Amino acid sequence: MSTGNGAGKEAPVTEADLHAWLDGELAEERLPEIERHLADNPDLARRFERYRAQRAMLGRAFGPLIDRPLPNALKPPYTESARSGHRRRRLWVLALAASLLLFLTGGATGWLVRDWTGGSSGGAAAFVADAVSAHRVFVAEVRHPVEVGADQEAHLVAWLSKRLGKTLRAPRLARYGYDLVGGRLLSDAQGPAAQLMYQDAAGRRITLYVRPSSNGSDTSFRFAQDGNVQAFYWRDNGLAWAVSGDLDRVTLSSIAEEVYGALNS
Amino acid sequence: MPPPNPPADPPAGGPVDDRAIAAQAIAAQVANHVPRLRRYAAALVGNLADADDLVQDCVEKALANRHALRDVSRLGGWLLSILHNLHISGLRWRQRRGAEVPVDDFADDLALSAEPGDRGEVRDFVRAFAQLSEEHRTVLLLTGLEGLSYREVAEVLEVPIGTVMSRLARARERLRVLLDGGSEQVVRRIK
Repeated sequence: MSTGNGAGKEAPVTEADLHAWLDGELAEERLPEIERHLADNPDLARRFERYRAQRAMLGRAFGPLIDRPLPNALKPPYTESARSGHRRRRLWVLALAASLLLFLTGGATGWLVRDWTGGSSGGAAAFVADAVSAHRVFVAEVRHPVEVGADQEAHLVAWLSKRLGKTLRAPRLARYGYDLVGGRLLSDAQGPAAQLMYQDAAGRRITLYVRPSSNGSDTSFRFAQDGNVQAFYWRDNGLAWAVSGDLDRVTLSSIAEEVYGALNS
Repeated sequence: MPPPNPPADPPAGGPVDDRAIAAQAIAAQVANHVPRLRRYAAALVGNLADADDLVQDCVEKALANRHALRDVSRLGGWLLSILHNLHISGLRWRQRRGAEVPVDDFADDLALSAEPGDRGEVRDFVRAFAQLSEEHRTVLLLTGLEGLSYREVAEVLEVPIGTVMSRLARARERLRVLLDGGSEQVVRRIK
């Protein structure tokens, strides 16, 4: 029962036509033709009924997601602080940029922060992972953040120096508002390590993590980040150092430079 | 010799006030799209945590590149394009990261949001949907959930309309087989 006009030139109904029909994209004048075709092909009609049901299920299954409360990071205003989440991809790019710059300025080999738990970067990655891990554990301590307090600084420094087999110093970071809280002896896979903790008036803490570095030459600063903790680390005079804190990168790099300068003055 | 400084943040250019005002205006517009973007992203990646990261990156990138948007009425499609590109470029990174959040949790979560009578069907549907390829999930969601036209989908994905249509046809058939249990005759016929 075709309409007289143009019936002979009617194109065959294609699979694409049927999908377009389902999605409401087919020209209206072709609708009777499609309906006839489906009526003549019950298997095809059943298949497209299933497709139509799929379409409806997308809405029933996923539709209610739109009413879920948004996390703060997705609410305006989209400020810097809201954006400082644990997104390692962006930070990876940042670290890549940092290391490329270091590379270009001739300070270091082109070292990339990848996944520092993966160990693909060897000892450097393991070192900074240990430093950040120790940072996380002890900055959260309220009653026993350190073994030896800053009131016994001379003893602390002498003790840690003896155990590490290297002469340590506790750099002054008062310029940045951080005072020494104290320090502790730790052990990691390489042997003894020391942690010095500093705190500012608001109670924010940063840590210096140091251990003997038997192999390798001195390096310039490297940057790494894990979650909200950022770290600058380097090797110098047979010691590997890391400065870790939940601070912005620029401030932390200034502190790292201060530490480096204090140790080399 | 002291170590070199790490790179500074990109220098700001232009009058700060105008930039701040323009940023606020566009941020408000972007915010209107965020619930939908998040719904789409969650359906695409199969969990809310990764979806939130993706949408956050998308918003950030959109605001940083807001001057590239010529026509505000096309903001929705533009945001979807950004999200799509971030998703694609992030796929290898996410795969390297290892264990994904199991889709069963997401399926159970969505089932609880559904009408009681729909729960079993929703759970099965979400699980089957998660087995589809990225390409197939994308095209099904953009047409079926977001209600984009073929032309709009083609613009978001930057592929020809014909590609959209053939992907859609394959995706629907694949999902049908997954949902209807892949009876012998169906499998044979698809081959």
